[in-house]
Amino acid sequence: MTSTIERVERNSQKEIRPLRRAPRRDAWTVGAWIVAIIVAAPLAFLGIEAFQAGWASLSGVLFRGITATLMANTIEMTVLVTAAAAFLGVGAAWILERTDVPARRALTVLLIVPAAIPDFIETFGWVNALPWLRGLFGAVVVLSLAVYPFVMLPAAAALRRIDHRHEEVARNLGASRISVVFRVTVPEIRGAIAGGCLLVALQLLAEYGSFQMLGFRTFTTEIYSAFQVGFDTQSACALSIVLVIMSALLVGGEATVARREGSLVTSEVTTPARMALGRWRWPALGILALLVTAALCVPVGSILSLLIDPGPATLPGGSLFGAVGYSLIYALAAAALATAGALTVALGSRRSRSWLTRTPVRVALIPLAVPGLVGALALSYVAARYAGGRWYQTSALLVVAYAVMFLPLALIGIRASLVQVPESLTEVAASLGSSRISQLVRVILPLILPGLAAGFALVFLSTMTELAATLVLVPTGVQTLATQFWTYQTNIAYGQAAPYALAMIVLAGPPLLLLTKMGESGGGSNR
Amino acid sequence: MAVNRTRRARRFLGILAAGSLLGACGSSSTPSKDAITVYSGQHPQTTAALVAAFEKKTGIAVSVRNADEAVLANQIKVEASRSPADVFVAGNSPALESVASAGLLTQLPGSILSRVPAQYSSPSHSWVGVTARVAVLAYSRSSLGPDELPASILDLALPQWRGKIGLAPSESDFQPIVASVERAVGEKRCVAWLKAIKENAGSHLYPSNEVLLSALERGEVELGVLEQYYWYRRAAQEGSSAMNTSVATFNDGDAGYVLAISGAGVLAASDNKSAAQRFVAFLVSREGQAIIASSGGFEYPLADGVTTPAGEPPFDSLHPAPTSVADLGDGAGSLRLLQEAQLL
Repeated sequence: MTSTIERVERNSQKEIRPLRRAPRRDAWTVGAWIVAIIVAAPLAFLGIEAFQAGWASLSGVLFRGITATLMANTIEMTVLVTAAAAFLGVGAAWILERTDVPARRALTVLLIVPAAIPDFIETFGWVNALPWLRGLFGAVVVLSLAVYPFVMLPAAAALRRIDHRHEEVARNLGASRISVVFRVTVPEIRGAIAGGCLLVALQLLAEYGSFQMLGFRTFTTEIYSAFQVGFDTQSACALSIVLVIMSALLVGGEATVARREGSLVTSEVTTPARMALGRWRWPALGILALLVTAALCVPVGSILSLLIDPGPATLPGGSLFGAVGYSLIYALAAAALATAGALTVALGSRRSRSWLTRTPVRVALIPLAVPGLVGALALSYVAARYAGGRWYQTSALLVVAYAVMFLPLALIGIRASLVQVPESLTEVAASLGSSRISQLVRVILPLILPGLAAGFALVFLSTMTELAATLVLVPTGVQTLATQFWTYQTNIAYGQAAPYALAMIVLAGPPLLLLTKMGESGGGSNR
Repeated sequence: MAVNRTRRARRFLGILAAGSLLGACGSSSTPSKDAITVYSGQHPQTTAALVAAFEKKTGIAVSVRNADEAVLANQIKVEASRSPADVFVAGNSPALESVASAGLLTQLPGSILSRVPAQYSSPSHSWVGVTARVAVLAYSRSSLGPDELPASILDLALPQWRGKIGLAPSESDFQPIVASVERAVGEKRCVAWLKAIKENAGSHLYPSNEVLLSALERGEVELGVLEQYYWYRRAAQEGSSAMNTSVATFNDGDAGYVLAISGAGVLAASDNKSAAQRFVAFLVSREGQAIIASSGGFEYPLADGVTTPAGEPPFDSLHPAPTSVADLGDGAGSLRLLQEAQLL
């Protein structure tokens, strides 16, 4: 999704090339720098802390046999799950977009829904249904089913957007249907596939809950367990830096793949004829139905069966109502803060293309490559050590952590819609005597509202279901849906965990609906 | 259209503002005179009833932060003099000792310490023992008979157990066991033993004793070491006839027959020490100990004259290894050995 949007943005920039002008330091640029510094501070702390530890103690942590094992585990799992997700995602997208498979609309929606269900909830459903599902095998099966929509969505969008005449030419030249798919279609959408795979891989590197439940040790589960058993801060920082480097390499790799892709968007996009499947219609429907069953029906059904037959309550009861309240308030506040921060950064970089205005954007995208747990540990150390303990363990710090973690999600959407506001428009407004604030409120905001709303919804959705960082930063006496769920789950009180799992799924509904609506109308405006 | 859009934008901004405001409201928690904060590494099953009874009896509001005891111990050390906690309750003595040795606990008065036999409390009087738990073997009844069980925890390293045992090495309850084995055989042999049981466990490493017991119940592994209360708690929930596993102790005095102590102390940083001490005193009072014995946590109450939870072998009938609280130390040693054996 990331790179799809970025690419659209890049392409529109080509069309409306802004005039080069000297860097202008306006209020938005200052604001953008402030946001960037807040975003970068915890990460800088990680570096300082690890540096202070000295090489001897760092190498003691980094070159243990177990680090190699974890590295191998993490890479093996990430590669396998990403490949499986790419296969499922591209396959499903191709069937939905290019064939006349029955019930397309319903299937599309059902196949997207798992994107809104947190991975650890899907894993919970699976582990409850099949307790023997563990290790690498379990991780690959469950996580592939949980994350494929992140490839399917951009692949489907790209399939709608590319110039279909290339495929027709290849067909006319005698290429078989299969060979057209692999030699023309897939290469043309590889940027979208790479973008989706990047999101998937970053998500896998950062995932804690699922792998903990599946008994599969990765870097992230190990960092949490280092935190849990009381290692020193410096060891946790050293391990975290390895994880951040792995994520950063991924981001760099994806940028390379995406850059090689030419401009595939043509001004006139033809709607391709859907392939008539004939008697293969029903098997194709069967395949997608199977995917819906595995990715959606099994985990949700398993959670529902726990609601019907919860078994004995083994832990003191929590307040579902209270947890919903805290989760909602945190998610709203974090979404508001992240959207405001992202808007500031986006506006600060709108006017010119100098380092002064570009740097905050690049910095603000860094959290994409920083797993939530790492960011949270860094923030809690900063607050405890340097901020005089004043912010420590407060809801405010938790909300700031969420906002920093998910700011890139909002930023990407806002920047994509901001490029569609020609600078001349605000200049006209200014020449008519409109102040900067009124330009923002009366000209810019109304035009970028879809981008703002999409960013807000994405941050809301992500915050609502965040687990690892919340476990570290949550204030005393507060339980969110995710933490209360986790308390029950770790104590094997599955029946008591189920209502919280279901609440997270239900609350993910409205933002998901909003996002798919936006996606549809966004696709419409492209045509 | 434009007007409509502006109105929508305003409404949107209004929502943003409301959201930020809500966030700000939730953030302040000022300590009031009749409220204390308890950091609890104990199982919520064990503490919830105690906290409720204490609040009802004294009117002092207790807010509890539940987390792993090592997380909380670390947190208290990072927070140091700024810690919002008044009381630290831990499931195992090493967590308490590590906080005490950093000088972050106050000395408890004799009136509290005298409630419990002296060997179960801090040698430096900085925390009091509240409950005891004992390490046992849990085994799958369908694959093992009582006479086939290892007599000593050291035997778990034998090749005959390859693929049959499960471990929960990151569980802090495992650390006293490691400390006890180290005390019995020395550091070098303890590491060799850890490496051998890691080999034998293979991929059967679990995040907690609860999960380990579930794996035993499912027959995924045949044998595991955990503390007795996990088994009795589960047996009480499921009915002991529904259990596929049984428990047994190692030989009397064996290094694996470890008595671990759960306790509580008052933080030096507490700004409400008298209320905090009242809470700790309540934990070891007859009333508090009776709640522990009856609340289904199945840990052994330590105060004189309070009896063992129903269904468990009496506390007096146990013959654990002579490992003292001081021998179990502050956990740093066990952690280092676990790391050396690549179990952590």
